[in-house]
Amino acid sequence: MGSFNMITILWSAVLQTLAMVGISVVIAQVLGMPLGVLIVITEEGHIVPNRWLHRILSTTVNIGRSIPFIILLVAVLPLTRLLAGTTFGTKGVIVPLTIAAIPFVARVVESALKEVDPGVIEAAQAMGSTPMQIVYKVLIPEALPSLVLGFTLTAVNLIGYSAMAGVVGGGGLGDLAIRYGFHRKQVDITWYTVIILVVLVQLLQMLGNWVAKKLSH
Amino acid sequence: MIELRNVSKTFHTDREIQALKDVNLQIPKGEIFGIIGQSGAGKSTLIRCINGLEKPDHGEIIVDGVNMSQLNPVQLREARKCIGMIFQHFNLLASRTVAGNIAYPLEIAGVKRHVIKERVDELLHLVDLTDKANAYPRQLSGGQKQRVGIARALANRPQVLLCDEATSALDPETTKSVLHLLADINAKMGLTIVLITHEMAVIQEICDKVAVLDNGTIQETGSVIEILARPKTEVTKRMIQGLINIQIPPELLERARASVTESCVLLKLKFIGPQVHEPVISAMLHKFSVEANILFGKIDQIKDTPFGMLLVEICGPPDQVDQAIAYMNEQGVEMEVATNG
Ligand SMILES: Nc1ncnc2c1ncn2[C@@H]1O[C@H](COP(=O)(O)OP(=O)(O)OP(=O)(O)O)[C@@H](O)[C@H]1O
Ligand SMILES: [Mg+2]
Repeated sequence: MGSFNMITILWSAVLQTLAMVGISVVIAQVLGMPLGVLIVITEEGHIVPNRWLHRILSTTVNIGRSIPFIILLVAVLPLTRLLAGTTFGTKGVIVPLTIAAIPFVARVVESALKEVDPGVIEAAQAMGSTPMQIVYKVLIPEALPSLVLGFTLTAVNLIGYSAMAGVVGGGGLGDLAIRYGFHRKQVDITWYTVIILVVLVQLLQMLGNWVAKKLSH
Repeated sequence: MIELRNVSKTFHTDREIQALKDVNLQIPKGEIFGIIGQSGAGKSTLIRCINGLEKPDHGEIIVDGVNMSQLNPVQLREARKCIGMIFQHFNLLASRTVAGNIAYPLEIAGVKRHVIKERVDELLHLVDLTDKANAYPRQLSGGQKQRVGIARALANRPQVLLCDEATSALDPETTKSVLHLLADINAKMGLTIVLITHEMAVIQEICDKVAVLDNGTIQETGSVIEILARPKTEVTKRMIQGLINIQIPPELLERARASVTESCVLLKLKFIGPQVHEPVISAMLHKFSVEANILFGKIDQIKDTPFGMLLVEICGPPDQVDQAIAYMNEQGVEMEVATNG
């Protein structure tokens, strides 16, 4: 295989990985964030304590988090077909990736919001804030740097998961490594994908840290 | 303005803690009312009951004619907008600038943006922080943070300002300046201020009246002068010790005791208000054939009233000493035979 050809193949795999991870992480954040917020604010002593809702949500998230991704990948195949129209390729991987990331996001959001100084929440309550105002004007802005770091963590995790998706022909760097490196014994391709993954994660983490730092006053 | 009737509150954790026991209080409009007590006395619980952050088990809390315990959540939020609160640890939003923090209560009250801007400028001026409008809380000193807290609490023009240990995290100088800002605001706006503290010096600086809280019960209530001059309970006496009570060296007490037979009496005299300017001692010395040996003297200020303390030994013929004491009593000098404690 010519080096030009190899670069094209690697580049298109990088783009596929970025697309899979990018789309899943955004959808997971949008769906997982309200879950995390609800878990925090329904806790005993928080702004809208509700023991049952808290337990149900928390348990659901725990169950979701304990299912290994590789099993989830197969288990949600029917749903994937329904939502994405296919179970194969990049499109087919987005559904399981997103589902795997939602409980992860919920936990990450939960731990970020729990760091918010209870005194500040109390001050907001003393000023007559509604629970919604506390969420949007206090909890989220105060936790924003931690939320950004959490978002980065989720994305890094999804890069790892997306590589596993290669097993079911999901496309991207993982798929490439398996198809060329494993089945066709082109070990150099495997090495390149690993290096690219390391660099990708490194860059992402640096970006996340930088944004979080910019946001904290 | 604020009335507490038979308020009780028990916390049920691993063990039961009765934080408030049948508390009755009346706080008149426009006053600076102090509540003093040691750690764990129930001060925070009491003040948090006033704005409904804590729900009492029994009793009623009436603020400006509104019974706080009968409000639904929506009404309670509306009522809270008329009750400002400042905190020991300031509790500012780290994510907002000084101006943003002061704007917060206005935003949630639905005030229009340009009105918010005007009001924030006004408040920044009031607390003398115009130049820090765009700074973040982390860049401020403790005193400046509390000024932001005060501006924020006043934004919606409340009738009542609650202060929970508002100066306990500040050094003495800054404490004074923050307290005087509160006193100014009280004078300018006629705002009722409830101030909680464990330091008598804070009460002495700006309060009109004070309630002494111990172990969840009100021990005594009265004007600050009264409480300082004539503390009724042991708890109060302990609280004001060091502030105006003098610790008399034991040798001195021994000497006084030994010399009682020779008609020497060691007296603690307290002069309040205009009495400070009266030459009571010198008049007494002219009238009776006694000698006065002044061992210690101190004059202090309680809000606007001067308050003097003297430790004197009066010696002379027994009948003259008795008459001299009677004379000072007539002149309204508060006195007691000195002992320690
Ligand atoms: N949320 C709570 N749950 C359980 N116990 C509580 C709670 N809040 C207060 N208490 C208890 O109630 C008692 C009174 O507490 P409170 O905070 O009112 O005291 P305080 O006078 O403000 O003390 P400090 O000067 O230390 O702030 C204490 O024994 C405290 O442990
Ligand atoms: Mg307290």
